Amino acid sequence: MKLFEKFFGGLQGGVHPEGRKDLSAECPIRSAPLPGKLHIPLQQHIGAPAAPVVNVGDRVLKGQLIAVPQGNVSAAIHAPTSGTIIALGDHVAPHPSGLPVPTITLESDGKDEWCSTQSCDQPLELAPEEIADRVAAAGIVGLGGATFPSALKLNLSRGSGVQTLIMNGGECEPYLTCDDRIMRERAAEIIEGSLLIARAVNAKEILVGIEDNKPEAIADMQAAAQGTAVNVVAMPSMYPMGSEKQIIQVLTGKEIPAGGRPADIGVLVHNVATAWAVQQAIRHGTPLISRIVTLSGSAVRTPCNVEALIGTPVQELIEVAGGIVPPVARLVLGGPMMGQQFTNTAVPVVKGTSGILALTASEIGHAEASPCIRCSTCVRACPVGLLPLEMAAHIRTADLAGAVALGLKDCIACGSCSYVCPAHIPLVHYFNYAKGDLAAQERSKLKQEATKKLADARNERLARIERERAEAAAKRKAAREAKERAAKEAAAKAEAV
Amino acid sequence: MFIAAIVSLTILGTVFGLLLGVAARYLKVEGNPLVAEIEQLLPGSQCGQCGFPGCTGAAQALADGSAPVNLCPPGGRAVVQALAAKLGIEADLSGVEEKGPMIAEVKEEICIGCTRCFKVCPTDAIMGAAQQIHVVFREACTACGKCEAVCPTESIKLQAVPVTLQSWYWQKPEMKGVAA
Repeated sequence: MKLFEKFFGGLQGGVHPEGRKDLSAECPIRSAPLPGKLHIPLQQHIGAPAAPVVNVGDRVLKGQLIAVPQGNVSAAIHAPTSGTIIALGDHVAPHPSGLPVPTITLESDGKDEWCSTQSCDQPLELAPEEIADRVAAAGIVGLGGATFPSALKLNLSRGSGVQTLIMNGGECEPYLTCDDRIMRERAAEIIEGSLLIARAVNAKEILVGIEDNKPEAIADMQAAAQGTAVNVVAMPSMYPMGSEKQIIQVLTGKEIPAGGRPADIGVLVHNVATAWAVQQAIRHGTPLISRIVTLSGSAVRTPCNVEALIGTPVQELIEVAGGIVPPVARLVLGGPMMGQQFTNTAVPVVKGTSGILALTASEIGHAEASPCIRCSTCVRACPVGLLPLEMAAHIRTADLAGAVALGLKDCIACGSCSYVCPAHIPLVHYFNYAKGDLAAQERSKLKQEATKKLADARNERLARIERERAEAAAKRKAAREAKERAAKEAAAKAEAV
Repeated sequence: MFIAAIVSLTILGTVFGLLLGVAARYLKVEGNPLVAEIEQLLPGSQCGQCGFPGCTGAAQALADGSAPVNLCPPGGRAVVQALAAKLGIEADLSGVEEKGPMIAEVKEEICIGCTRCFKVCPTDAIMGAAQQIHVVFREACTACGKCEAVCPTESIKLQAVPVTLQSWYWQKPEMKGVAA
């Protein structure tokens, strides 16, 4: 009973989609051939886009800084290989909108020549601030998909007294096996990375949570963690176990308050692949220029896991996996539950790309939506404890405020509700639309307040100029009159004489 | 009994009537406070596109109920919704939605640097000087259209705001066969 409470204490909702991880789980990480051209978007993270520090025609070396972070929430970008910068312009974004984004295009010279790097033999003796600084310099962002700049997360957590560091090896999305493979093949590096992150935030406890559908990864990580402060824990397989709120609840029994952050309850969560990137950055001085990507789906000829350079066109990786077997019903970046669909295979791999899926019609199970019968299956599936059917009904009738009152802002967009809905109502699509619309309203409100201030300032200025002009005119008039009076008096005096 | 009822009610009525009359005289509110509250919601750029002399005039008309809540073109959907909520009426968003957000943009090849647009802009959103190409600060432009009206070369025009990755979001899902 105690064990039951430990694992399921207060945990609600969740779904059990078919894993389909066997398609690629047994394929060791392969390296992709060096691409001819790399398209490196300036925005691969949450926050402000980076600003390029190279010009067209510059020759850059592998690992060289090519774009610097702008503002507090941003991340640096490095050249994934050596070559020449051939364009600073727009390229199609790895995003469902397919809009162009500012991108640095690099033509590789095939030499893959490294720039000089600063390695460190005793990384665990570095000061916490130094670790965070080196993580920032390496341009590391959360590799689990949220792409929040890691150094900022470390600095924020150090100040707020984090006790527990959780390394997220959940990988609950079906199909994806990139974290599974990295835990099996690079366990020692991940453990060292975890210790470095814990040192950077002064955390006392380090837990690695891995879903029990990855027994090999659990065994390898446990072996690597022997004799260290790291504790590897198996978690039940359930979607969305890899979500921050769920993994914290399962491993510590604590719940993040609505609208709060894990730091509020003394917890910090990082992805296992991020720990690997941190270890590489600090021990070897190599910035984040590559990541593991899972290529899977029934429409991919040979599903596999590839270590791809950031900026590699998705098309080239698909060719590594033997190409696509038509007919493809949908291409997805990331996992099938929360990933983004895309159509143009010229999009590049970015820091947050965990998977590239080519799915057939039978895998996406698309069906026409029918009316809601209020069966409340979605309520049982919601891991956050919301009422998806009620929220969607409010949004459908344009009552966004009503949806917010029901907790729309706590929705993590995991897609569990849409997955279980027997009427195939695109519930999470409603929530994404509503969140976007609310953000747009907020932006226009802020803009209106700003322009109102500008208008007031202008009116004030015009009134002041008018007043000053009138005062100056009055002064001139008075001076003129005084002069005339003086002249008249002088004339009168002269006459009198 | 009957007479007593009439007399007592008459006395009560008279006393309360007098009280109300006195209160109305001594506790009088100058102007309509609703007008000031509505004016707070309006953009305040005094562009005059609604046909009233500035935002105060528009607020007055809205408080009287003589103007519709969708009268303010630069305010867009947010202002219509705020006004409708304030006045407790249903917002008619049909006319507002179609146009979408707009912004003034200078066609640099034909700008002659006459400074006319720069002088009329109610939010100082245009930067320029005589004989220099003018430029619009997107963040400050309310798309009031005053500059478009005074431009002698039709260089400055209102354009739809371009959609970027930062402003893009999912469209509302269409449910076929299900009433909205």
